[in-house]
Amino acid sequence: MKDIAQVIEDTAAHLLKIAATELPTKVKETLLKSEKETEGALGKSQLHAINENVNIAETQSKPMCQDTGLVAFFVKIGDKFPLRSEVKTALVKATKRATQDTPLRPNAVDMFEGNTKNNVGIRGYVPWFYFDLVEGDKCEIIAMPKGGGSSNVGKMKMIPPGKGIKGVKEFVVEALAAAGPLGCPPYTVGVGVGGGEDMCMNLAKKALLRPLFEYHKDENIAQIEKELLKILNKLEIGAMGLGEGPSVLDVHMEFAARHPASLPVGVVISCWALRHAGATIDKDGNIDWHPH
Amino acid sequence: MEHHLTTPIPPEDLKKIKIGDTVYLSGTVVTARDEAHLKALEMHEKGEKPPVDFEGIGLFHCGPVMKKDENDKWTVVAAGPTTSARMEIFQDEFIKTFHPGCIIGKGGMGLRTTNACQEEICIYGYFTGGAALLAADRIKEVKDVFWLEDLGMPECLWVYEVENFGPLTVTIDTHGGNLTEDSKKNIEAKKVEILKEL
Repeated sequence: MKDIAQVIEDTAAHLLKIAATELPTKVKETLLKSEKETEGALGKSQLHAINENVNIAETQSKPMCQDTGLVAFFVKIGDKFPLRSEVKTALVKATKRATQDTPLRPNAVDMFEGNTKNNVGIRGYVPWFYFDLVEGDKCEIIAMPKGGGSSNVGKMKMIPPGKGIKGVKEFVVEALAAAGPLGCPPYTVGVGVGGGEDMCMNLAKKALLRPLFEYHKDENIAQIEKELLKILNKLEIGAMGLGEGPSVLDVHMEFAARHPASLPVGVVISCWALRHAGATIDKDGNIDWHPH
Repeated sequence: MEHHLTTPIPPEDLKKIKIGDTVYLSGTVVTARDEAHLKALEMHEKGEKPPVDFEGIGLFHCGPVMKKDENDKWTVVAAGPTTSARMEIFQDEFIKTFHPGCIIGKGGMGLRTTNACQEEICIYGYFTGGAALLAADRIKEVKDVFWLEDLGMPECLWVYEVENFGPLTVTIDTHGGNLTEDSKKNIEAKKVEILKEL
């Protein structure tokens, strides 16, 4: 019998390393394609530098950016999976280990005690967990470290419901224009609509996990995603904010029901380094690494 | 246009450069973030000299990840640029006091720095944000470190010998040009157009 908690810890530590050192294939391909298609020399040189850097990271197995992010895990636990709270304990241990082994930059700062030096907060909230209970006997883990520069340009607004979808689009345009060159574009944009003031941001972050160019199953939502992608690129932010090349690689949205009086909109922006990696572990401890 | 510069960079070389040009720098580059800027300026006020002569060299807004090798020698793991906007509040005074040749960072800088660059002959080179390994690859030697105990690894002065460090996109030149400010104005104008059409 395998020690399932140990399997989770080992797997999650490795997922953090994959996320820090290798971009998902679609992101990598899109950045290479963007370099080819960008006509201006300024934008082309920025994208070339990004792609060269991504290549060094993968071949030398080193973090692609010195900001290895604040760690979050999206976890789905099946009813018949043998562990519950021990999953959380194993993920905290994995975070500490990956900080040493990858290495990750220590990015968990306590307001009173300073940097914890291991990416784990002393008050129990970091790494951040998004737990979900599902049917079955498996446990899915997705590691998503997110850099500070692009997190700083995230935005949330409670817009008047009377403004409707047009109001949602307006706010997304305003958020991206305000981000401008600050968060290392080209960006990938996650938009969460509805839920509440907290839920919309969670949904927006979750939307970033969907592979690039895979649009929402609901055709109405898919249409808005594609429209926003087109509109946001008209902002001409460009690679690194210098006005040339793509501003936004893709836009994904998630919707929840809203309160009749509220229309919460969350915008979570990722820098070019859209980092995440996942695996599913079954009840016997067999690991199925997700395509990356 | 592409320029290959060697430190100390002669002011006449800097004057030939315009916003949008690409620069590759060889020679000495020193890292300095918020605290190192403050400390150097405080020392100057007291009539003391900082341990590094900044004149004509590259000043890098960067908090690197460093480690010691088996021979106890410092090596660079990752050294990408940090957001330069934080240094805007004292960069002009730093330029007037210490006369660096090329500031290196990301995200661009504002009007105060632009003015100081014009008056004191200095440029700002934009290194691709996040490209930490590309930067590390161009650093050939860690020559020295100062204030490590006092300020810690990200904030202290790391003295690097670099070769063809770049590409740096010049976004502030010696003629008062500022490419990121131009880009921001364009984004604002486009935003207004888009919102009208929605």
